[in-house]
Amino acid sequence: MRCFRYLLFLAGKSAWNRRGTLVLIVFSIALSTTLLLGMEKLKTQIRESFVQSVSGTDLVVGARGGDMQLMLYAIFHLGGATNNMGWDSARSIAERDEVAWTIPISLGDSHKGYPVVATSNDFFDHYRFRGGRQIELAQGRRPEELFDVTLGAETAKKLGYALGQKIILSHGNSGTHLTEHGDKPFAVTGLLAPTGTPVDRSLYISLEAMEAIHINWRGGAPVPGLRITPEQAARFNLEPKSITAMLVGLKKRSQVFALQRELNEWKAEPLTGVMPGVAMDQIWSMVDTGERALLLVSALVTVAGLAGLAAAILAGLGERRRELAILRSAGAKPLDILTLMACEGGLLVATGIIGGFSVLYLLVAAISPLLADNYGIFLYLSLPSAGEWALAGGICLAGLAASLIPAFRAYRMSLSDGLTVSL
Amino acid sequence: MMVQSACNVEANGAAGQESAAYAVVLEDVIFRWPGQQAPTLAIPFFSARQGEQVFISGPSGSGTSTWLGLIAGILSPDSGAVRVNGVRLNELGGAKRDIFRGDNIGFIFQQFNLIPYLSILENVLIPCRFSPLRNERACAQAETPLAEAKKLLERLDLSASLWRKPVNKLSVGQQQRVAAARALIGKPPLLIADEPTSSLDADRRKAFLQLLLGECRSLGASLLFVSHDQSLAEEFSTRTHLPDLNRAAEEVV
Repeated sequence: MRCFRYLLFLAGKSAWNRRGTLVLIVFSIALSTTLLLGMEKLKTQIRESFVQSVSGTDLVVGARGGDMQLMLYAIFHLGGATNNMGWDSARSIAERDEVAWTIPISLGDSHKGYPVVATSNDFFDHYRFRGGRQIELAQGRRPEELFDVTLGAETAKKLGYALGQKIILSHGNSGTHLTEHGDKPFAVTGLLAPTGTPVDRSLYISLEAMEAIHINWRGGAPVPGLRITPEQAARFNLEPKSITAMLVGLKKRSQVFALQRELNEWKAEPLTGVMPGVAMDQIWSMVDTGERALLLVSALVTVAGLAGLAAAILAGLGERRRELAILRSAGAKPLDILTLMACEGGLLVATGIIGGFSVLYLLVAAISPLLADNYGIFLYLSLPSAGEWALAGGICLAGLAASLIPAFRAYRMSLSDGLTVSL
Repeated sequence: MMVQSACNVEANGAAGQESAAYAVVLEDVIFRWPGQQAPTLAIPFFSARQGEQVFISGPSGSGTSTWLGLIAGILSPDSGAVRVNGVRLNELGGAKRDIFRGDNIGFIFQQFNLIPYLSILENVLIPCRFSPLRNERACAQAETPLAEAKKLLERLDLSASLWRKPVNKLSVGQQQRVAAARALIGKPPLLIADEPTSSLDADRRKAFLQLLLGECRSLGASLLFVSHDQSLAEEFSTRTHLPDLNRAAEEVV
């Protein structure tokens, strides 16, 4: 042990003495560490921010259909529902004893490519994301008047809208020639704080407003000649007849399976209930392959870095024969020489890894506001995860393995050289 | 590790009581380099008593390095016995020979004896780091190995003002004296000096030799001093011309 510490000391001194050449190797190991760990971090945190786009919701309910499809349109507002669910069903689910809250959602309209979500004030009260965070207003108020609209952070920023702006919604959410609800303009009365979820890219109106703008519509088009002014529309019964989907929170999570079973056998109409976590994992597993390919590429870069390490130590061996012979003559065993070289490799790798970690954390600190603003990806400084530790450990072991190559070479050299190297 | 080697010394010493008085004994030693028919060395007998200072000369290529390799336990003879301090080296395994060498033999080479990235004191202390026995003996000589290293350096005319210098800023003579201090630390019973003066100028050689001889004498260490330089031979009581010992050389001629 005492001897090992001395060898470590010697290895450190020797490496420091040749720092001019070794610094490049350490640099390349640091870079590959940053790349590998960065990939891992990005992967886990993107996954986290994706999976946590919605949290605290126990079931997502919609008309009978695929689980993933339901999640994609109800949470991410991607694609469309083939069928709606009846308002009656929604009401009776909301009134059940085990149900704590519900958030009804009606989709179908859009504004300049951003989906319009019709919902109730329950959305502001109960919607949770990323470990229980709540929807917050950055400016303005919740919708109060019929034709109030609240904008997600990204929608407002990209379109350059401020409070008081009048906007026109379009019917449908895809295609370029959409019919406009030009007769019933909305006023922007609230701007939401950024969330890093699909909420940022949406516009929120009330369910009643959704009814009101379609009141003179039949079968997906306005009825020719029938004009109903906004003032007139407000006097109609604006209770919706159907909605697209509903988020359900339960009083006790343990009741989720029973309710899900009941929903799937719903008498009044065919419904589907999905547990968000399960469906999110299913969706994520589809992008998994690409992310593994990236990780593989980073791993290969790391291998290249470590090969460079072995090569650099090997190249330096020739001029160090004398040094090794001196150590041998002073009592170092060939095994000590092996350990010395392995220590040197280990020190370089360890320095590289520490450097890599530092660069990574500086980078995360520097670019995470940019990522959050522009891509809704939330990277945050945290202690290395188990996965990151495992990768760092893997690099360390691989580095030690790589430095065993020059170490064995030095071992055999010092056996054959003995004490007398003639230079 | 240390206990083991101590046991070996005793066991071998008991086996050959008379050889214990000798630092080095070679008997009927024959050595061939692998792949060679003719032996490089064939030495019927050679001995050096404990504390004896032996001057060994021989033209280059006459096998002095091979001969030192045998005594150092780096090379093993094809037949015959090499005893150092009563221990028969060929009976020890490779690792034990390494430990034995570290414990018992100090080396000084022709040049480039020092490790460039270590300070002077660290260079002197290397044997104490690898050999617990020499570490212990250095502690017995002075309070700590470091104190002993300083003492040796001072006795070899390297004053404290030099110790902070990087080793490659020292003159060759100073470097050789640092090497001598390293060879001497921890009181090894045998010193092997392989042409240690050949890179020094003439008047420095004598001075270096005087210091070395004096230190060996005061520590009671035997010295095998290999050199071409016959002018140094007069300082030694025992002088050996290697080709005279070596039967293999005669056969070739």
